[in-house]
Amino acid sequence: MSVGALVGRVHSIQSLGTVDGPGVRFVVFMQGCNLRCKCCHNPDTWRLAEGKEYSAEEIVKKALRYKEYFGEKGGITLSGGEPLLQADFAREVFSLCKKERIGTCLDTSGNILNESVKALLEHTDRVLLDLKYTEDALYRENVGCEMGAVLNFLSYLNEKNIPTTLRQVIIPGINDNEKNILKLKEIAKKHTVVDKIELLPFRKICQTKYDEMQIDFPFKDIPEPENKAMDSLNKMLSE
Amino acid sequence: MKHNNWLGFKENLWQDEINVRDFIQSNYKEYIGDAEFLSGATERTRSLMDKLNSLFKEERKKGGVLDIDTNTVSSLTSYAPGYIDKENEIIVGMQTDSPLKRGVNPFGGIRMARQACEAYGYKLGDNIEKEFLYRTTHNDGVFRAYTEEMRLARRCHVITGLPDAYGRGRIIGDYRRVALYGVDRLIEEKKADKAHLTEGDFTTEQIRLSEELFRQITFLGYLKDMAAMYGFDISRPAANAKEAIQWTYFAYLAAIKEQNGAAMSLGRVSTFFDIYIERDIENGILTEEGAQELIDDFVMKLRIARHLRTPEYNELFGGDPMWITEAVGGMGKDGRTLVTKSSFRILNTLYTLGSSPEPNLTILWSTELPENFKRFCAQVSKDTDSIQYENDDIMRPLHGDDYAIACCVSAMEIGKQMQFFGARCNLAKLLLIAINGGYDTMSGIHIGPQMPVMNGEKLDFDEVMERYKIYIAWMSHLYVNTMNIIHYMHDKYAYEKIQMALHDTNVQRLMAFGIAGLSVVADSLSAIKFANVRPIKDGNGFIIGFDTTGEFPKYGNDDDRVDLIAKDMTHLFITELRKTPAYRNAIHTLSVLTITSNVMYGKHTGATPDGRKDAEPFAPGANPMHNREENGALASLNSVAKLSYDDCRDGISNTFSITPEALGKTEDERITNLVSILDGYFAKKAHHININVLNRETLIKAYEDPEAFPNLTIRVSGYAVNFHKLSREQQREVISRTFHTAI
Repeated sequence: MSVGALVGRVHSIQSLGTVDGPGVRFVVFMQGCNLRCKCCHNPDTWRLAEGKEYSAEEIVKKALRYKEYFGEKGGITLSGGEPLLQADFAREVFSLCKKERIGTCLDTSGNILNESVKALLEHTDRVLLDLKYTEDALYRENVGCEMGAVLNFLSYLNEKNIPTTLRQVIIPGINDNEKNILKLKEIAKKHTVVDKIELLPFRKICQTKYDEMQIDFPFKDIPEPENKAMDSLNKMLSE
Repeated sequence: MKHNNWLGFKENLWQDEINVRDFIQSNYKEYIGDAEFLSGATERTRSLMDKLNSLFKEERKKGGVLDIDTNTVSSLTSYAPGYIDKENEIIVGMQTDSPLKRGVNPFGGIRMARQACEAYGYKLGDNIEKEFLYRTTHNDGVFRAYTEEMRLARRCHVITGLPDAYGRGRIIGDYRRVALYGVDRLIEEKKADKAHLTEGDFTTEQIRLSEELFRQITFLGYLKDMAAMYGFDISRPAANAKEAIQWTYFAYLAAIKEQNGAAMSLGRVSTFFDIYIERDIENGILTEEGAQELIDDFVMKLRIARHLRTPEYNELFGGDPMWITEAVGGMGKDGRTLVTKSSFRILNTLYTLGSSPEPNLTILWSTELPENFKRFCAQVSKDTDSIQYENDDIMRPLHGDDYAIACCVSAMEIGKQMQFFGARCNLAKLLLIAINGGYDTMSGIHIGPQMPVMNGEKLDFDEVMERYKIYIAWMSHLYVNTMNIIHYMHDKYAYEKIQMALHDTNVQRLMAFGIAGLSVVADSLSAIKFANVRPIKDGNGFIIGFDTTGEFPKYGNDDDRVDLIAKDMTHLFITELRKTPAYRNAIHTLSVLTITSNVMYGKHTGATPDGRKDAEPFAPGANPMHNREENGALASLNSVAKLSYDDCRDGISNTFSITPEALGKTEDERITNLVSILDGYFAKKAHHININVLNRETLIKAYEDPEAFPNLTIRVSGYAVNFHKLSREQQREVISRTFHTAI
């Protein structure tokens, strides 16, 4: 196979991303996800068969059009969906980006770790790891996978020394508590690659997507967290 | 030559010739540090600003105009001195005898002056009416010479906003000259220039110049008289920072007393002032607090500058603007930055005095600017939505390192270049006229070459382009000729005596043409090329609408297929304009800038093939049409950046609104990211950007309850306005624009 000819399925592209990785970023939302998180805000990315096909080369060519905006910290972010489902394609994109000196950032749930994923991580400057909960039971109930797989992934990142941001969506009544925050800190402490933890407030603007797709939004009745609550959790985190 | 007031300045060419740039280059101190050194407002400043704020409130209550002196023709010495609070003012001078009271200036056109008075419940004084019965105004002159076709083009709004009934503005006097040299020296130099004229042949041009010099010299005399009324002798150079600012302000004040020009820009004064401020600080006669106070007081004077205008004028140029544009920052030709502490101080007025649309603070951005300054600018943008950015890296090679911006985006070398302002041509309407074979369905006017209405079930791109080019050629010829008449008459009947006295005698003239509706044209041509556009005809066989089916690329998504159509249109238009010679050998330039007239232009334009409805507003300036951007903010910026400054030497305006959340999570991230965006955009050779960091919800609240947001400032198109001063229609248009949000 020729370089860059690998084809991936992409949900959408955003030319300006500032919240998915450091600096100004070109964000590619990959199509397809193997999880069905009850808090998911992108249900339209679930099915791998949908989306639009791009070759790795096409994606990198597009990203290059924005290189001037990236500054020292910015670059490309592969998000999703779950980019690990298309790890070969993602690896191709990242390796081409590295050749063009574009920083690479991977936004993932981190529950797959095969040879393709390991090869992808060779070209990854930073991982945004969605550590959805800090208890296995919550993982099983609300995500549909075991927490062990994610912790395993994190250990591998630690081993490979890849700078990592832990991210967690704060959902009232489920993980908006001190115990969870303490656990998060403990996990971060054990893995020296983790240099940042971000708490993201649960948001419900995705309701319209569920309505359009005519499926049920499992967390539709859960309220969005108040700013005050987020502030106090963030304070707890930094203490 | 030497003068005692120049003690401590490094000697150079500037002493022997009028050369402010050389003075700056020889004496300024670049500053690469951060904003920590800045002082806040003093008690005096705060209490004076409180007085102004209550005057602004009264002005708002009275429908936008506080008072008019209807019996005096505005000029340099026609009013007694005016003050806000004489004891507490540091810099003095007022347009009339009282703050916010507007003067009348009928030289552009008596009708405009009369209507403006009546619009606010006043009546123009009988003495003025009587006097102007026997005077020819600029407006009279223009309409004497206009052809029937020019009148028709004006009436059907295919070219509108032309300065044929009001002062053209867009001329920047080098107001700094008065401070550096004193008026006597300037008079001497002008007299010498006039004497030299006798060495050549007295052609029409020489005779005109000779008379103009006479008038310039006379008005320099009036300038001294005006300052004397306030107790100052400005015949000699300024001796310290306070005088340098006062002298410069007097020169600017004289210009706005003499001319009610559309844009009365200030130039590039802050780094010039900095030289005096630094000298005073070194000499121990000024503190940082005192320096900020001087700048604050100066800026307060600029914030109360007003001109009297009609409601129709406000439709074109909403928000009562003066365009007191001050260019800040930039780089020097020698690689040193022109950023000084006073660049920070003038931006700091947005904190010491609160945010404000005037003066129109314009950052000359270079990727080489000091990082600290870049960050401070981004912070000010984020906090106040009051500043704009223009690309120093593409303007400096053309205009040197002592140029300024007139109005919104018009670059000119200070004291060496001037502009003949020419509003804009509605290219979207011209496309419809072309398709209809020389008929405007909105006004029912037949105009231009007469041909059959385009036929067929589907518009063919090549056929449309062939037709369109014929009309662009016709329009270009008509447009240049119209402008030639306007500026001939403005020179003849409303010549800018004091502003031209503060230019070199031999100036380079630019004639600035403009485009409205560029994104509508680009998307319409794209629709014709890539989708199916079926014309819909009325009973008389004229095309009044379009049924567009299928997908087509839209400008604003970084898609070359359509972005290059926009770029090619600007190239085609300027190339055609250049074929007709311009008055006084002016150089043809072109802008893609609408001010707020995009609403009015849209109102007079029927439905277009891109799906835009009949009478729907255009996007402002070079902006993509609202909400057609599908790939996010940077894709939109990339599309605009493709328009070439080589074709659009009078500027390419882009207004960019983004929510704070879309710039990042923390304050620090937002500043860093905004700096990256600006660096990237300008590295792409883009020309201009207005930055608004705000939420649409804020604007909706201000729309519903204007009184609650008296100071809400937003950037619109090359300038900033108090949101409440826009018309309801203009406000709705601003709210409907694309806001880039976090994903």
